[in-house]
Amino acid sequence: MLVSILMTLVAASTPILLAALGELVVEKSGVLNLGVEGMMLCGAVAGFAVAYSTGSTGLGLVAAALAGVATAMVFAVLTLSLTANQVATGLALTIFGIGASSLIGAGFVGRTIARLGPVFPEALSGHPLLRAMFGHDIVVYLSLLLVLAVSLFLRRTRPGLILRAVGENDGSAHAIGYPVIGIRYGAIAFGGALAGLGGAYFSLALTPMWADRLTAGRGWIALALVVFAAWRPGRLLLGAYLFGAVMTLELQAKAAGVTWLAPEFLAMAPYLATIAVLTMMSLGRKSGRLDAPACLGKPFSAS
Amino acid sequence: MLEWRRRREPSTLMLYASPLIAVALTMLIGMIVFTAMGYDGFHAVRDIFLTPFLEPQRWADLGVKAAPLVMIALGLAIGFRANVWNIGAEGQYVMGAIAGTGVALATHGMTGWWILPAMAVAGILGGMAWAAIPAFLRVKLQVSEILTSLMLTYVAVQGLYYLVRGPWKDPDGFNFPQTRMFSADQTLPAMAEGSLVHLGIPLAIVIAIVAWLVIEKTTAGYAVKVVGLAPAAARHGGFSANAVTWASLLAGGGLAGLAGLFEAAGPFGQLTPQFPTGYGFTAIIVAFLGRLNPLGIVFGGIVLAATYVGGEIAQTTVKLPQAATGMFQALLLFVLLATDVLVRYRIGWKVRAA
Repeated sequence: MLVSILMTLVAASTPILLAALGELVVEKSGVLNLGVEGMMLCGAVAGFAVAYSTGSTGLGLVAAALAGVATAMVFAVLTLSLTANQVATGLALTIFGIGASSLIGAGFVGRTIARLGPVFPEALSGHPLLRAMFGHDIVVYLSLLLVLAVSLFLRRTRPGLILRAVGENDGSAHAIGYPVIGIRYGAIAFGGALAGLGGAYFSLALTPMWADRLTAGRGWIALALVVFAAWRPGRLLLGAYLFGAVMTLELQAKAAGVTWLAPEFLAMAPYLATIAVLTMMSLGRKSGRLDAPACLGKPFSAS
Repeated sequence: MLEWRRRREPSTLMLYASPLIAVALTMLIGMIVFTAMGYDGFHAVRDIFLTPFLEPQRWADLGVKAAPLVMIALGLAIGFRANVWNIGAEGQYVMGAIAGTGVALATHGMTGWWILPAMAVAGILGGMAWAAIPAFLRVKLQVSEILTSLMLTYVAVQGLYYLVRGPWKDPDGFNFPQTRMFSADQTLPAMAEGSLVHLGIPLAIVIAIVAWLVIEKTTAGYAVKVVGLAPAAARHGGFSANAVTWASLLAGGGLAGLAGLFEAAGPFGQLTPQFPTGYGFTAIIVAFLGRLNPLGIVFGGIVLAATYVGGEIAQTTVKLPQAATGMFQALLLFVLLATDVLVRYRIGWKVRAA
C-alpha cells in the first residue's frame, strides 16, 4: 500500500519536475518563458504520435524532446532575435501548444499504447522496498540525474557561472564578451527539451492514451515551482515531490471512495496549493525579491 | 544581406498596418500548413477568414461570438498596458456566470424587469471578486498575478462542475449535469424577433467606446499608460502603481464576469459543463490584435469571431477538424508578435563599409 502510494507520488511528480528544471535553467539565464504548458503539450502529442506509429516509447521520448526544442525555438526567435515581449510570447506559445496538440492529437483520441515500463528487470523489484527504489521507468531516473547535473552545472562549472552571470547582469556579461543571446538560445532549447519530455511523461507513462489537454495546467504549476524553489534545483526536487503528494492524495481519495468531499474539490487541490505556496513564499521574504535572477523577463539588445 | 535597422521612432504606419499584415501572413502560412497536412488549404483559409463576412446570414453569429471576446479583451488590455498580466479571465468569466446564475436560481418562478439587471450586477461582482484575489496578492505580497489568476481559472471551472453536478442540478433535468433553463425574465432579450443578436452585442460596442474615452481622455487612463511604460516616472508623477493594479484587475474581472453572465443568460440560457468556452484565453489574442486599443479590439474581436464561425464552416466544407480553429488563432498571435518588430525596426540591405 505505502509502496504503491510512493510509486504514484514519484510518477505524478516527474513531469512537473522535468518541466520546472528546464524552466529553472531558462530563468537563470534571465528569460521568462511562460510557454511551459504549451511546450509540454507539443511534447506529449509528438511523443504519443511517434510511439503509436513506431511502437517504440523510446523513440516517442526522443520525438517529444525534439518537439519541445522546436516550439521553444519559436519563442527564442521571437523574444531574443525580434525582441518581442516575453510574457506575451510565452502566452502565445501556450495557446499555440493547446491548438497544435489538439489538432495533431485529433486523430489519436482514445487510442492507447504500451505504457513506458520499468527499466530494471523484474527480479530486482520483487520485494516492495526494492520496488520503491528500482521499479520506476527510465524517465524517473533521468529526471533525478538531471537535477543533480543541473545543480552541479550551475554551481560548479564555468559555463554554469557564465549562464548565471547572463541572467544577473546581461549588460556586463555582454561587455566582457560573452554571447548573451547565444547562451539564452541554448538555455531556452534545454528548457524546451525538458518540457517536451515532461509532457510526454503524461502521454507515454501516466495515461498511455491520448486525450485533449492532457497536461491540465501542470506546466503552470511547474512555473510556480521554480519560484517556490527560489531557483535552486535541490529545492525544486523537494517541491515537485510535495506537489506530487498533493496530487496523489487526490487520486487516493478518489480510489478510496471519499464521499464527504466532492471530487471537484479534490481536483482543485493542486491549484489551490500552488496559490498557497506562492503566498507563503512571499510572506517568508520581506524584500519581495524572492532571489529571482535580476534580468528575468527583461529584453536584451546588444546595440 | 538583409538586416534589421532600428527606427529612430516607432512607426505609426506599422503600428496600424502590422495587425493587417499579421492576418494576411496567418492566412498564407495556414494555407501552406493545412495543405501540407492533406487538407484543401486554400478553401480552408477562405472559409475561416472570408466566408463568415460574405454570407449575411452569418453576421448575427459573428456578433454573438465577438461580443464576449471584445468585452473580455477590453478589460485585459487595460491591465496589459500597465504591465498587469491578468491571464485568468476565463475563470472570472466562469465566476461571473456562476454568480449571475445564483441570482437566476434564487429568483426561480418570479417575474419582474429587475431580475436580469440583478443577474448582471451579480455577474460583474462575481468576476471582480475572482480578480480581486490576484490583485490583493500582487499588491500586498508581490505574488505574480500571472500564476494566481491562471490557477484560479482551474478552481473556478471545478467549482462550476461541482455546482452543475451537485447542488444546482436541474431537478427536472433527467439527471443531466446542468442547471434549470433560465426564464424569459432571466434571459437577454433578442434585438429582433427570432434573431440571435442579443443586447450584449450593442453593449460591447458601447463599452468599447467608453473604454476608449477613459483610456485616451482621462487622467486615470493616462496613469495606466505611464505606470506601464515608465514605472519610475509614474511614482514621481504621483500615480500609484498599486491603484492601477487594483483598477485594471477589477475592471478586467468585472468585464469578464459580465461577459460570462451574458453568455449564460444569452446563447446558453443555463449553466452546463460546456460553459468554459476558452473565450478568456482567446481574448488575449483579441487584445493584442487590437493593439490594446479599445477600438482596435472591436476589429480584433470580429476577426477572432470569424475564425470560430469560419472554423465551423470549414468543418463541413473541407472536413477540417474543429481543433484547427485553435491552431489558426494561436498562429495569428505568433505572427502578430513577430510582425510587431516592424514597428520598431525596418528591413534594409546591409551596406558594406567602404
